[in-house]
Amino acid sequence: MTILGSTESNAVTATEVLVVPHKKRRKGVRAHFSQFKWLYLLLLPGLIYFATFRYGPMYGAIIAFKDYVPFLGIQDSPWVGFRHFEDFFSSPDFPRLLANTLILALLSLVVAFPLTIVTALLLNELRLNIVKRSVQTLIYIPHFLSWTVVASLTYLLFALDIGPLTQLINGVLGTDISFLTDPAWFRPIIVLQDIWKNTGWGTIIFLAALASVDTEQYEAAIIDGAGRFQRVWHITLPSIRPTIIVLLVLQMGQVLNTGFEQIYLMTNALNRQVADVFDTYVYFMGITQGSYSYSTAVGLFKAVVGVILIFGANWIARRFNQTGIF
Amino acid sequence: MAREKYRFNTRGGRVFDVFNVVLLSAIGVIALVPFVFVIAGSFATEAELATRSFFLWPETFSLRAYESILTSPAFIRAIITTILVTAVGTAIQLLLTATMAYPLSKSNLPGGRVVLYAVIVTLVFGGGMIPTFLVVKDLGLLDTYWALILPLAINPFSLIIIKNFFQQLPAELEEAAKIDGANELQTLWRIILPLSTPVLATFALFYAVGIWNDFMSPLLYLNDSSMWTLQMFLRQVTVATDLSIVDADPSQLPPAQGIKFAVIVVATLPILLFYPFLQKHFAKGMLIGSVKG
Repeated sequence: MTILGSTESNAVTATEVLVVPHKKRRKGVRAHFSQFKWLYLLLLPGLIYFATFRYGPMYGAIIAFKDYVPFLGIQDSPWVGFRHFEDFFSSPDFPRLLANTLILALLSLVVAFPLTIVTALLLNELRLNIVKRSVQTLIYIPHFLSWTVVASLTYLLFALDIGPLTQLINGVLGTDISFLTDPAWFRPIIVLQDIWKNTGWGTIIFLAALASVDTEQYEAAIIDGAGRFQRVWHITLPSIRPTIIVLLVLQMGQVLNTGFEQIYLMTNALNRQVADVFDTYVYFMGITQGSYSYSTAVGLFKAVVGVILIFGANWIARRFNQTGIF
Repeated sequence: MAREKYRFNTRGGRVFDVFNVVLLSAIGVIALVPFVFVIAGSFATEAELATRSFFLWPETFSLRAYESILTSPAFIRAIITTILVTAVGTAIQLLLTATMAYPLSKSNLPGGRVVLYAVIVTLVFGGGMIPTFLVVKDLGLLDTYWALILPLAINPFSLIIIKNFFQQLPAELEEAAKIDGANELQTLWRIILPLSTPVLATFALFYAVGIWNDFMSPLLYLNDSSMWTLQMFLRQVTVATDLSIVDADPSQLPPAQGIKFAVIVVATLPILLFYPFLQKHFAKGMLIGSVKG
């Protein structure tokens, strides 16, 4: 299964052979290219886009090894080697950011991910199609909301004293917690938002995999006297295993990519200690404080580790059961 | 198959079914309740919002919150800006993606594969936030709406999927056009794009929702608060609790709490209105994007 690879067909259409006679092809490089001139013209805007906004920043990332001075520009700013990386790795921020990022990723992996699979399995067991479709319609909605809306809802629901969830939880626990500023509640709230926004949507891909499970296996299992849970355990789960592994691989490659918008919106002066992750740190150091080179070094470190993680996870998945994503 | 299941029904199975329906309905309700609360709150009076923490229907119906925001020039400007940027941005992004996907769908185009690999690289690696910011800055796009549109103009995933779609269109149609003397530009415009409307509609929705919901780009690129989009405005009101931006009529005390509820409703409304289309097309898009072999 390839996600990234293209399914290039090498079918040179019949017309190309008919309309473009051999003689013309041999006329030389210029004639050869002129037959593609319209296609190159169409390609041009896209090429300019990728060169400017995708590869431009990759080139610009060399300021991680320089002391970027805006009026000197990227080219002429002085080189400093790995100094920014050394500064970052030796600063107390590094272990803190790493821990915060990894804890959030781990929580998402062990709480949100299984929850998605369980929800998909439960939906799959529903026999009333009307109920199934209504539930799906409802649980997909939050996916389309912006993080700003989700954060705004959170601020209302967990507002000091008057917020409905503030009252509910404080009432049950008999406490007087200020959820939005208490560092201990930062991670649970992030995970909660994550679950609310993405669990429903995440089930789509599992439901698609579940729909393709061979029904004859179920019939055979029923005749053999397998109960419902046995069927789920011995037939359903093993048959969606490749899907689970591919998604797990994708998620492991994203371990350092805590969503910038979500974390940024939930960060405040009182919870910075647990809230800061690589993405928001890059923003605060680079945009707010203007340390362009230092923050670029942090971002570059993150990007490189990200690439290693994707390929590493893919390699592991392949060793397991030959279903890598590349 | 469904009948088979019923035939071998057990009591335990039926209990589970009931439990399952109840549980999933509860999950569905949890997804919806925050909205109902916010909509109810946006129509409630300040006094009610200060005393009742949770309700799904206001005791006294009030339009004060909506009056305050809909008479606020800053808010109206944010709405109009966001609609315009979303409309223009979606058109530009879709056009750029489709025009690039077409030549890449020709497997005999010299250099096409190299470009494709260059695109695939950007799926796993990017320059990062600060270098991208510097590119936007050096191009003089800071504090312009182009900064919200151009840096994200072509999504590499969408590009590859549209390219794959073009590739599996029947080649005979293009051949016929070629024989009639059409060049590739005309073929794309008159034959390929009309044939691809459903796919293009799906990606138009992807782009539109992306721009409408985008918070990071305006945060990075728009310093001038008079240029803010709806998402920035929303954050200022709810997260930063800065109501001065609303600039409500000072002769009447503005309903501070109600305004937060009402702004959330307005920012969410278009998404909810388009939701039936979104659900249908996004689910499809997600599956072509991920399961395609």
